[in-house]
Amino acid sequence: MIELISEPWPWYFSGLMIAIIMITLIYFGKSFGFSSNLRIICAACGAGKKYEFFNFNWKAQKWNLLFLVGAILGGVLSATVFSTDEPLRLSASTIRDLEELNIHFDGKLNPEQLFGIEFLFSIKGFLVLLAGGFMVGFGTRWAGGCTSGHGISGLSNLQMPSLIAVIGFFAGGLIMTHLLFPLIF
Amino acid sequence: MKQLKFIVAGIIFGIIMSKSEAVSWYRIQEMFRFQSIHMYGIMGTAVGIGVIAIYLIKKYRLKDHSGAPIKFVEKEKGWKRYLYGGIIFGLGWALTGACPGPMFVLIGHGYLAILLVVAGALLGTFSYGIIKDKLPH
Repeated sequence: MIELISEPWPWYFSGLMIAIIMITLIYFGKSFGFSSNLRIICAACGAGKKYEFFNFNWKAQKWNLLFLVGAILGGVLSATVFSTDEPLRLSASTIRDLEELNIHFDGKLNPEQLFGIEFLFSIKGFLVLLAGGFMVGFGTRWAGGCTSGHGISGLSNLQMPSLIAVIGFFAGGLIMTHLLFPLIF
Repeated sequence: MKQLKFIVAGIIFGIIMSKSEAVSWYRIQEMFRFQSIHMYGIMGTAVGIGVIAIYLIKKYRLKDHSGAPIKFVEKEKGWKRYLYGGIIFGLGWALTGACPGPMFVLIGHGYLAILLVVAGALLGTFSYGIIKDKLPH
């Protein structure tokens, strides 16, 4: 069983499992949307005292924070009990493209080159990681959802706003990857 | 204890995100370069099954675990906030390879640098909350 879980999953099984998570949360009377947690954390830290946007009953959303804690634990389990030595099967053309940007494929989930201590404590690394995160947090709230809230929940409910948001996600991602990456890396 | 099920659901979500490799910066790059079906397959399958599931829930007026009818909140109409916010999100997604869920899953994998990405995301959300009334929606 452990071995079966530990192997990388095929995309169709992964997709099925994500749908099951969404349906499970619906059954529990909740809605699958992860980025709300960022707003909830701001509110829990007291941002609601000064800013109306964070002045809401975040405690009613505690379930989502517990889901977040679980997600971290799921990461821990995946990296320990369910770890695999098999390198990630990234397509050869992606490896080549990244090589041209001097980003070397190391077979892990994320490149050590961008997520290791050295990059973190370089000026460029600090700015890239902080600004990248900032855009995710700012954009997701402006758009009212992220890959889960719009991409999975919204599209599954055939919401036009979610389709527009997903088109935006991809437009931004393509601009970053194809136009800005060569300037940044 | 009633809330324990959400932690369990979160743990399963974290394992799904890891084993599907959807948390991988490399996979996100591969996706934005159209070099594999992997990420499209994941999202396509999830949405495909999701559409059918929600259709059936509505059609048969299914109830949730407490016996209350399942309701879906319609998203506000409009396009500006979705397009502009979406583009900003996409820029950050491609750069960090992480959307909000995977960010936290990656903390569990021990990538220290992701903590700075999370700090950035919180700062971004906080900033939006401050200036939201000045932005088009």
